[in-house]
Amino acid sequence: MSQVSYISKQVADLKPSGIRRFFDLAAQMEDVISLGVGEPDFVTPWNVIEQSFHSLEQGYTSYTENAGMMELRKEISKYLIGNYHLTYDPSDQLIVSVGASQAIDLALRAVIDPGDEVIIVEPSFVAYVPTVRLAGGIPVTIQTEAEDEFKLKPEQIEEAITPKTKAIILCNPNNPTGTLLLQEELEQLATVIKKHDLLVLSDEIYAELTYDDAYTSFPSIPNMKERTILISGFSKAFAMTGWRLGYAAGPTEIIAAMVKIHQYTMMCAPTMAQHAALEAMKNGRQSVQSMFESYKQRRNFIVSSLNEIGLQCPNPGGAFYAFPSIKATGLTSAEFAEQLLQEEQVAVVPGSVFGANGEGYIRCSYATSLKQLDEALNRMKRFVQKRM
Amino acid sequence: MKEIEVELLKLIEKNANLEVEKIAKLMDKSIDEIRELIDKLEKKKVILGYSTLIDWAKVLDEEEVTAMVDVKVTPARDVGFDKVAERIYRFPEVKAVYLMSGTYDLSVSVKGKTMMEIGHFISEKLSALDSVLSTTTHFVLKKYKHDGIILQDADEGDKRIVVSP
Ligand SMILES: Cc1ncc(COP(=O)(O)O)c(C=O)c1O
Repeated sequence: MSQVSYISKQVADLKPSGIRRFFDLAAQMEDVISLGVGEPDFVTPWNVIEQSFHSLEQGYTSYTENAGMMELRKEISKYLIGNYHLTYDPSDQLIVSVGASQAIDLALRAVIDPGDEVIIVEPSFVAYVPTVRLAGGIPVTIQTEAEDEFKLKPEQIEEAITPKTKAIILCNPNNPTGTLLLQEELEQLATVIKKHDLLVLSDEIYAELTYDDAYTSFPSIPNMKERTILISGFSKAFAMTGWRLGYAAGPTEIIAAMVKIHQYTMMCAPTMAQHAALEAMKNGRQSVQSMFESYKQRRNFIVSSLNEIGLQCPNPGGAFYAFPSIKATGLTSAEFAEQLLQEEQVAVVPGSVFGANGEGYIRCSYATSLKQLDEALNRMKRFVQKRM
Repeated sequence: MKEIEVELLKLIEKNANLEVEKIAKLMDKSIDEIRELIDKLEKKKVILGYSTLIDWAKVLDEEEVTAMVDVKVTPARDVGFDKVAERIYRFPEVKAVYLMSGTYDLSVSVKGKTMMEIGHFISEKLSALDSVLSTTTHFVLKKYKHDGIILQDADEGDKRIVVSP
């Protein structure tokens, strides 16, 4: 008897991530320059690593409170007030999670009943559709357009809404497009969201990485805080992907529901990572700033270089991704990425991985050293010139 | 100092041979603008030179010795420590001179090919200066970090997986 029959239908029906498939392909090759990574190229700031050693030396090796160390929650709360004028009570409106990833999963499982529809804006982070499904919900995707700089328009929400719609996931700035929604754009979306009484999961993990315009946190828009679960974490701005630490802030009842799931499934986030995060919050500003400056320079560099090569690329407002069009080459995004990898050993991610409307685009992460970036772009130029 | 000057200086401090074209792209400015800015900073002596940090320990036949010398001096009338510091920093063997607080006055870094050569310089030249009262010499045994750069064979390669979300 095949073991496959044991697998739940829910899981069997999930498509493996397109990123995973591409990873397997790239992993077989040597000397690959990767623009395919969704994580910083910096090592976690030394003071943060050092603080984690210190916490272990002091014997902090046991569980913390389910919702996370109170001291850390207080520090996160201070940070949200300081940066976005958002007041969350650290005692019952904040939860420390295992990466933003777990916060997303907890939030969805806490609010979704079977059959509830959740709106997802594509091109989108690869985890949203599967986690909605795993929570028993039905993902309803909206396709944003390159002509609109992949910005979501209020009419698009209206069109996607049905009586079953419960929530919408917003990712600002966006992975993979780097698109940043500005305050007035968010306000327009908020009007529709309020009208239809939707809950919002606002994934703001790239909030620190916005280059030209001021950042507006979605729950800071009037009347939105009581219907928004703010999700963020330490992975991107603090270069702490491997530490697996994130958090969610939101209305008391929803956070309580999330803590309930968390206490039975995860108990708490890793203790040494929480100590590290505490140090990052207290003394990490300067490191964040210097990494930010590098990302901004590399963004300028990659965008102008891609446009010179002939891969049309708008200037992304945030995150560390460029999302150029490869339509001029006549290839699909998967063909482009595979051939580029085979011929020039440069890894990028095909846009189709992020949703149907990602076809015709590739995601290039510029979280990589200038030297590598420069070489990758030389190789891409050679590759593209043969095809145009 | 203007923000863009600081940005430019930070960039070339880390990488003195970055091409002007690349700096322009990184900073989203025109090549001419960057050229002009560099020119101006050179004229104002903000940019004093362009050097390369080399780990000479790796180049076998170019071995060299560094000593840090604590120097006590009698300050000269009117000009304080400056005059004697100048007498010292003019020697080509001397790579750095700092005025210090504490138990001695000047910290002098001296480079030479051998310990003998440095010893010779200190006894014949440095100690022989009128205002030098005493010297204490410390030879450097191993360099771990210099000017913010860690000198070791650590594998700085990209440890990330090739593709990730
Ligand atoms: C939009 C978005 N949300 C969440 C995550 C997951 O972050 P974490 O490492 O905190 O789980 C990522 C990581 O790529 C992301 O791009």
